[in-house]
Amino acid sequence: MTLNDALKEYCLRIADNSSILAHRLSEWSGHGPILEEDIAMSNMALDLIGQARGFYSYAATLEGKGRTEDDLAFRRDTREFVSRNLVEQPDNKDFGTAMLRSFLYSCLSYLQFRALMNSKDETISGLSAKAIKEVTYHVRHCGDWVVRLGDGTEESHRRISNSVEDLWMYTSELFEQNEVDALLVKEGVAVDLNTLKQDWLNLVDEIFAQAKLTKPAEGGYQSSGGINGMHTEHLGYILAEMQFLPRAYPDAIW
Amino acid sequence: MHFVNRNLANPKQTSNIGMETTLSVEELNKREAEFDAKIAGGKTIEPKDWMPERYRKQLLRMMSQHAHSEVVGMLPEGNWITRAPSLARKAVLLAKVQDEAGHGLYIYSAAETLGMDRSEMIDQLLSGKAKYSSIFNYPTLSWADIGAIGWLVDGAAIVNQTVLAKCSYGPYSRAMLRICKEENFHNKQGYQIMAYLMRGTKEQRDMAQDAMNRFWWPALMMFGPSDTNSPNSADLMKWKVKLNSNDDLRQRFIDRTVPQAEAIGLRIPDDKLKWNESTRHYEFGEINWAEFNQVISGNGPCNKLRMKQRTDAHNNGAWVREAAAAYSAKKAASKK
Ligand SMILES: [Fe+2]
Ligand SMILES: [Fe+2]
Ligand SMILES: [Fe+2]
Repeated sequence: MTLNDALKEYCLRIADNSSILAHRLSEWSGHGPILEEDIAMSNMALDLIGQARGFYSYAATLEGKGRTEDDLAFRRDTREFVSRNLVEQPDNKDFGTAMLRSFLYSCLSYLQFRALMNSKDETISGLSAKAIKEVTYHVRHCGDWVVRLGDGTEESHRRISNSVEDLWMYTSELFEQNEVDALLVKEGVAVDLNTLKQDWLNLVDEIFAQAKLTKPAEGGYQSSGGINGMHTEHLGYILAEMQFLPRAYPDAIW
Repeated sequence: MHFVNRNLANPKQTSNIGMETTLSVEELNKREAEFDAKIAGGKTIEPKDWMPERYRKQLLRMMSQHAHSEVVGMLPEGNWITRAPSLARKAVLLAKVQDEAGHGLYIYSAAETLGMDRSEMIDQLLSGKAKYSSIFNYPTLSWADIGAIGWLVDGAAIVNQTVLAKCSYGPYSRAMLRICKEENFHNKQGYQIMAYLMRGTKEQRDMAQDAMNRFWWPALMMFGPSDTNSPNSADLMKWKVKLNSNDDLRQRFIDRTVPQAEAIGLRIPDDKLKWNESTRHYEFGEINWAEFNQVISGNGPCNKLRMKQRTDAHNNGAWVREAAAAYSAKKAASKK
């Protein structure tokens, strides 16, 4: 694998995570628990689409085959997507699940972008410097909601506890790496996710403590393989919906 | 809480509700005369000012209806966010629908100055007591409908709201001024979607024309019944809550929209449409008022769906709102 190929793959990963999570958040448009949260969720989705566009465009440039950001988002199939399985998980319009999913993911992407601001690749460091401000807000906003729901009513505590049970099995996968990372870390372009694990746990523990939530016991099933294109059944449906128009009208320009 | 605060009016500043019960007839007449003079002199009425009870009620009805329309209006367009055909279009549509939520917020808080909480207004919407614009009871069946809505529906809203920006109630007029800027962006993005479709493949052009055929007449209905059949018009005109007749505004919309349609090759689905050189206006065919009356009385294609979507969102969010309230109560108690 060349450095260029590895870098392209790395960008696709970030872009796929962002676009899939944005898709999940945007499903809430018009359906939020309160107008202010409708606006906040759209804000986060917009930030993520912006990040996806930046990283897809860079991936397309690195690839050098004339593909565009939209080709990468709309013309790749499930097994080619290299997003983490956490972001594709449905929330079934449970607001707590949506906030927790974004919180768990954003804690990692916050730490990752913070490190990538020092990447030796200028485009990566530039895109990360822009994203860090957005993601800082996502961590805070979603973390605040995890706390409110965890320490709100009996019902909200029960519900957000269930969300923790449902989503926890997608957390260790957030740190999976492969030869792409090995190559890029050596070159000072990417960050070794193992070095972020403790910081991520600290962020999560702090919020869970305030929220009076406990982490599930270790040893349960943990999902694996998103970065190698191994996904849950949900991604196929997301792509079927998201990619419908470009696929149905392959010659059209929108 | 980290709610995005887009409140325009100060919610604590509410109007003098029910003051007239303590006033003598003489005093009441005097105040009404002052009120009428203020309006005739082109001054705005502010929340703290005395106002006739009927003025307050009419405005509250109009403003809450408008706020509900912004919020219900998120649904037909929201229907296509996850299917938008490019990342750029997706971002624009998401931002557009988000703006509508913001408009809902501005107008709810402006309406709150007339003495009713947002939650009470929302209850009236969900119970069916309050209405919203009939246009949102039509389905969005293709991507072109998103173009048609931005261009035609927001275009019609701009015509209405530009006039409302000059209305006599200060908080409403200021809310409209602010909103109109965003509506222009909405209108442009819709027109741009249509323009792209019209220079695209045959399938895309058909899609655009089909959307035009379905949304043209409902867009004209947005201005309300002809003035001879509009029950509230006379009072609203006198109080400068309304400054033009429904028919005038409809004509203004048609006159500015027909050339835009022609410019991109869209046909207006009206055989009677023609330019009248002597009036300098387009003549147009008969609007199907029977359909309009059906839709506003609850029998449109999507009335049930829209109310269900709003009700579900409200009910699904109840536990979240309760939790937030319980949490802040706990925090407040622990600070004591
Ligand atoms: Fe609006
Ligand atoms: Fe509006
Ligand atoms: Fe609009």
